Amino acid sequence: MTASGTCGFGQEIADFVDLSKLGGVVMKGTTLKHREGNDYPRMAETPSGMLNAVGLQNKGVDNFVKNIYPTIKDVDSNFIVNVNGSTIEEYVELTERINELDKIPAIELNISCPNVKEGGMAFGVSCPSAEAVVKAVRAVYSKPLIVKLSPNVTNIAEIAKAVEGQGADSVSLVNTFLGMAVDAESRKPVLSTITGGLSGPAIKPIALRMVWQVAQAVKVPVIGMGGIMNATDAIEFMLAGATAVQVGTAIFIDPTIPLQIVDGINDYLERHKFSSVNEIIGALQV
Amino acid sequence: MRKTVQELLLVENTQLNHDNFRLVLQSESELPPIYPGQFVNVEIKKASEIFLRRPFSILDIDPAKKQFSLLVKILGRGSKVLTTYEAGDKISVIYPLGNGFKMPEPTDKVLLIGGGSGVAPMLFLSKVCGLNTDQVHVLLGARSDKDHVDISAYKANGNFYFTTEDGSLGEKGFVTNHPVYKSKLSEFDKVYTCGPNPMMKAVAADAAKAGVFCEVSLENMMACGFGVCLCCVEKTTSGHKCVCTDGPVFNINDLTWQI
Ligand SMILES: Cc1cc2nc3c(=O)[nH]c(=O)nc-3n(C[C@H](O)[C@H](O)[C@H](O)COP(=O)(O)O)c2cc1C
Ligand code: FES
Repeated sequence: MTASGTCGFGQEIADFVDLSKLGGVVMKGTTLKHREGNDYPRMAETPSGMLNAVGLQNKGVDNFVKNIYPTIKDVDSNFIVNVNGSTIEEYVELTERINELDKIPAIELNISCPNVKEGGMAFGVSCPSAEAVVKAVRAVYSKPLIVKLSPNVTNIAEIAKAVEGQGADSVSLVNTFLGMAVDAESRKPVLSTITGGLSGPAIKPIALRMVWQVAQAVKVPVIGMGGIMNATDAIEFMLAGATAVQVGTAIFIDPTIPLQIVDGINDYLERHKFSSVNEIIGALQV
Repeated sequence: MRKTVQELLLVENTQLNHDNFRLVLQSESELPPIYPGQFVNVEIKKASEIFLRRPFSILDIDPAKKQFSLLVKILGRGSKVLTTYEAGDKISVIYPLGNGFKMPEPTDKVLLIGGGSGVAPMLFLSKVCGLNTDQVHVLLGARSDKDHVDISAYKANGNFYFTTEDGSLGEKGFVTNHPVYKSKLSEFDKVYTCGPNPMMKAVAADAAKAGVFCEVSLENMMACGFGVCLCCVEKTTSGHKCVCTDGPVFNINDLTWQI
């Protein structure tokens, strides 16, 4: 799958990849209302990664339903909506709107955006708030509910267990790590928001550790991500317990990477004589 | 136009002056249509510490040879390493990206103003704008004589004017100090500019005052270059727009610059 915020609504990468060959496309974070996002500059390159502070720029759910959904509903892929809100009521209302769309097979509840002032990550950093929002959304949504977890916590497995307890069908992790960049010459922060979210290979070892810990703690499928650049990275996450993976920042370097990963996983399975990808999930020998 | 990721062959890397290089890249397949103002996003694999691609404007195209060229000015680590590539090297490029300038009408008189690496799209535009030499005026600014690149290959496309901050070539001062600009801006039907932001803002302010059509090509920091990361935004009269897909060329009337 492609990770939210790194592939637009799918159409933006359709020049480069056949979307039907992907497990799914998690679309750019959507909110009830139009959001302009944060001021420029919103990006800083870092060693083996980048910081972003986009701040959930999107045109809101009305625009999604009216202008985007019609363009994707007949495309053969799984288009998953990344649902965001600043209050529980907003999450619920947005979910209800998405629930009316037949061709959206699942939602990813984003309780981990580090780049918005209200809501976002605040819901994902404590068990009670994560439980409350998942419970409320679960009550109005019966299709698969994926909850996207923040790595900016002391014990991510606890949060994963808490949302599983409220009926989440799957957890995806990790969102970006809160980070910061400073321009020494001008003595100013690089990002307009001072802090931003770190992604890319720089976070891979930590993301991998978190996926491992969460996979040990929950029974629901885990979707792993964080710095996956190639098939080997993806396989490492699967061995650590991820049932599926998402590819984010790598798309910026080469939008054909998600498909290369699909092919690379197949090669690996063949080379090691596995008959199904299920055989490598959690197959880490410790 | 369909965008692709391609491994292109570097067929030429020529040093033009102390910090400018011309890189000529060749595709195995027919070139897509490419217009002045469009850019490519280049992977600089030889610099392993550089994570993201770097955008460069297209300087020229040669469809018959399936080649296009870039003007690479050394600005940081990425561009510096790129200038060390040699003919025969393969370079991964995503292209063509962004939208080009609005082409002039056949009767238009146009002024093209370039500074720094912004010279590239201006030279390209002078070549393909389809106007007679006397309709095309190209004003190029740099710090000093040694910072200007040789434009003799483009000379026949229009009338060229130069400024340098130290007076070592052409008029002393900024592009906005040149007589062709100072006294005659309102005589032009269209003004196009690409270069450092302070220069483009000064030009935009004068063009707005003179009521002249003016397009600027922005160089905001990018991560993807094809519209998915939303990192390259510029404030416009209709909200944040992506420089990489809605631009890089903008009409000054659509920007919110305080000019
Ligand atoms: C520019 C950018 C925008 C993002 N926007 C979102 C978003 O809207 N919603 C979300 O849940 N995650 C968002 N993310 C986080 C990614 O989906 C992913 O969790 C994170 O980048 C780690 O994976 P990666 O290292 O493969 O990129 C964004 C990441 C980046 C780099
Ligand atoms: S650079 Fe990614 S959207 Fe423009």
